[in-house]
Amino acid sequence: MNPDSEWVEVCDLNDIAPDTGVCALVDGQQVAIFRQAGSDRLFAIGNFDPVGQINVLSRGLMAQLGDRLTVASPLYKQHYCLETGQCVEKPELSVPVFQVKLEAGKVSVTSAERRRSAA
Amino acid sequence: MNDRIPVQEMNPQADSPCRVVVVGNGMIGHHFIDQLLDLAEPGQFEIVTFGEEPRLAYDRMHLTGYFETRSADPLMMASAEDYERQQVRVFLNDKVVSINRETRTVESAQGRVISYDKLILATGSYPFVPPIPGNDRNNCFVYRTIEDVEAIAAAAEQGARVGAVVGGGLLGLEAAKALQDLGLETHVVEFAPRLMAVQVDDAGGALLREKIEALGVGVLTSKATEVICDGEQARHRMQFTDGSHLDTDLIVFSAGIRPRDELARASGLDTGERGGIVIDNHCLTSDDSIYAIGECAAWQGRCFGLVAPGNAQAKVAAAHIAGIGQSFEGADLSTKLKLMGVDVASIGDAHGQSPGARSYSYCNQPEGIYKKLVVSEDGQRLLGAVLVGDASDYGTLLQYKLNSMTLPDNPETLILPATSGEQPALGVAALPDSAQICSCHDVSKAAISGAVMEGACSVGEVKSCTRAGTGCGGCVPLLTSLVNHELEAQGIAVSKDICEHFAFSRQELFHLIRVGGIRTFAELLEKHGRGRGCEICKPAVGSILASCWNDYVLRDEHIGLQDTNDLYLGNMQKDGTYSVVPRIAGGEITPEKLIILGEVARDFGLYTKVTGGQRIDMFGAQLHQLPEIWQRLVAAGFETGHAYGKSLRTVKSCVGSSWCRFGVDDSVGLAIDLENRYKGLRAPHKIKFGVSGCTRECAEAQSKDIGVIATENGWNLYVCGNGGMKPRHADLFASDLDTDTLVRTIDRLLMFYIRTADRLQRTSVWMDNLEGGINYLRQVILEDSLGIADELEADMLRTIGNYQCEWATTLKDPEKLKRFRHFINSDEPDSNLVFVKERDQPRPATEQERLSLASPVI
Repeated sequence: MNPDSEWVEVCDLNDIAPDTGVCALVDGQQVAIFRQAGSDRLFAIGNFDPVGQINVLSRGLMAQLGDRLTVASPLYKQHYCLETGQCVEKPELSVPVFQVKLEAGKVSVTSAERRRSAA
Repeated sequence: MNDRIPVQEMNPQADSPCRVVVVGNGMIGHHFIDQLLDLAEPGQFEIVTFGEEPRLAYDRMHLTGYFETRSADPLMMASAEDYERQQVRVFLNDKVVSINRETRTVESAQGRVISYDKLILATGSYPFVPPIPGNDRNNCFVYRTIEDVEAIAAAAEQGARVGAVVGGGLLGLEAAKALQDLGLETHVVEFAPRLMAVQVDDAGGALLREKIEALGVGVLTSKATEVICDGEQARHRMQFTDGSHLDTDLIVFSAGIRPRDELARASGLDTGERGGIVIDNHCLTSDDSIYAIGECAAWQGRCFGLVAPGNAQAKVAAAHIAGIGQSFEGADLSTKLKLMGVDVASIGDAHGQSPGARSYSYCNQPEGIYKKLVVSEDGQRLLGAVLVGDASDYGTLLQYKLNSMTLPDNPETLILPATSGEQPALGVAALPDSAQICSCHDVSKAAISGAVMEGACSVGEVKSCTRAGTGCGGCVPLLTSLVNHELEAQGIAVSKDICEHFAFSRQELFHLIRVGGIRTFAELLEKHGRGRGCEICKPAVGSILASCWNDYVLRDEHIGLQDTNDLYLGNMQKDGTYSVVPRIAGGEITPEKLIILGEVARDFGLYTKVTGGQRIDMFGAQLHQLPEIWQRLVAAGFETGHAYGKSLRTVKSCVGSSWCRFGVDDSVGLAIDLENRYKGLRAPHKIKFGVSGCTRECAEAQSKDIGVIATENGWNLYVCGNGGMKPRHADLFASDLDTDTLVRTIDRLLMFYIRTADRLQRTSVWMDNLEGGINYLRQVILEDSLGIADELEADMLRTIGNYQCEWATTLKDPEKLKRFRHFINSDEPDSNLVFVKERDQPRPATEQERLSLASPVI
């Protein structure tokens, strides 16, 4: 993690409906943030769909594949792992993953990538 | 559209094509043409066919079906368009009256003289009318053509009350069903001591009689009619040789058929002792340019009165003409059918006449089931069988017989009820590749495996590419297990489980949700599933919940289930923007509303296009623009068009009787009513309707899931058509309905579809996959054979009652509106969007255009 990056508060937890995502603008980057229903666990990945080449992943459907938690791109349905950013169908593709936290009902992310899965 | 479509010219060949003249356009003549075209090189043959009837080939086996719809359409097998496309010349209402074998020409009743290189006689048969004095009185009919059926119906409508059928065989019982459907008190008069004397034995015949009598049909056996004279209680009296009599208003003779061999006889071709044109194993007659096929042909002294052997002969003759060696080696005469709702099947040597034959029988009188097996002396082979009341074992038994497969140690287990759970199932794996699965179209196991190998993934697809199961339908259960087996063998999961989170099919999930009163995905997952769900089960369950309860789809508990388009109530395009489609019911719109649409599109810079469903689609709306756009549209009286949903899309209509010179009824009015009734109805897939105001069919209703066409007497309802990648014409489902009945029928049909279809299954594939197809569907929907019609109607009313315009609801909820912007924490738009102008309208920039443009145009 880049030590210079700072947490940026982006919205209330209640702004994200359970099992859906929103997109936040953080230091010029588009970050897709997802909220798991029930647990309120949060995930943050890049919003750019590397297949469709547009900013839409936050509008995808959260899908569990085996033990992987993913989001299915709304465009052509490739799955991206919410924890690693890797594309399930095309493992050579991946999206960045960001740190996200929930404090007192507020959602914050860091603009620096947490990690990239090996290409 | 181009109104001039270039017609493909026939390849001119150096030597002129071989001209094949087919005399008779019945089922077998038509099948021959089909087969020959399949085998032929383009331009190899020039085909000409004559038919003495006024219409092209139709399905005589299901003649009683005519009474269900009063239309010949569902029975048609050949079509004028297909023949035209295939360059087959057809002369209807014209009978060939002579053959000149020296000049190789035929002459027709209308005076046409046509030369041939090969001549096919497919003249069929005529019904045998016993030589009883009085058999030519009024209201004495035969039962072979649609005209016969129409004449019988006309007589019934003119006041006939009682009807009698002479002949208790297959066709006689079919005719009796027709009379009963017409509301006549019906009697069957049979010369033999039992019904269906050829196919079933005494015990089976007795049970069949019991069942048919229970349906209210009088059965008289061992009766010979001496004379038909004036009756006392009715128009005629049938005086029997035993002194008894029956008074009846009309009589239908169905006492067997005789080959139509008079044309062959007159031209000097060999005919059999008992009639029929003599043919060899290639179906050649005594003239090597002339073939005979079907009921008119006698092979080894036998004429076959069934479709399957006729089709087999057609195939052999076509192959011989095309230079491919095939021969006809007899036919299996096993049959399975449903007579007046009673299953009857007969296989091989049903009477146990083979030397040394032994038999097993099982009779369950209370349930009306009789089964008999005839086996070889050593008990190793099945020789024949009779099934009455329950013919579910037919497929299995027939395969044992046809493939001479070794019987299990205790053959009786094949017909005993499976109470002990030990009934040996004949695995389809055990069948040889050559096993004939569909006898009507002679489709082998190998052909079906091949179709699956080439990508057919469902029974419906296999049906359409091999035609298996599309004849009498008797083989569909076997076909289904074979297709499933082949899919499994190829590692294609045939598990009906919708996904890893639910071990249930969509149909089962629907049932769990509806019966269990389950209202949310979370509840369903907790009670019946595991894990967190995925992009397969979530939208499917979301759709089922909407079909059942019709809650607002963006409620917190449902929103995570919605697929791409439902999620933002718009259709996502390739650049992530949305298209907006307000409802324009029936395609009718006022000038004021048109202007509003124009203003909205202009003000938001949207690309506009008129859709195929008679609406206006506005493209390029960004997420944050959607609420503003809809605010204006809703204020002007528009509603959402649900173009984003797997739901009712549009009801397309022609202008109908209010303006059109030819309109018979108000198609626009009906279209608007139907669209408003079913708008918002979510279903396994999208549903499209069409309503035409007359038979010119300008609304193209026959290419829709539900098509309605006005007639002089009401509405004709067509179902399960679609356009798209695999276009399919809708089938005529019911005729001359009044508006209330029409709407009730559609209510039931759509709800049954919603209940039982697989996810993303259009109505056409759904119907093709229903065992029994359209006939089964008619029973369920029109005759309420499952007793669920009231329930289906009530479910539909509940769903309709909960309709809401999703955009109107959304606009009222500030919390929901927060989602409609690109960033949750900023009002900036997505900087990645780039549009260019083309033909004065915006469109997304291509990759190259993006590179050459420094900044967005809009």
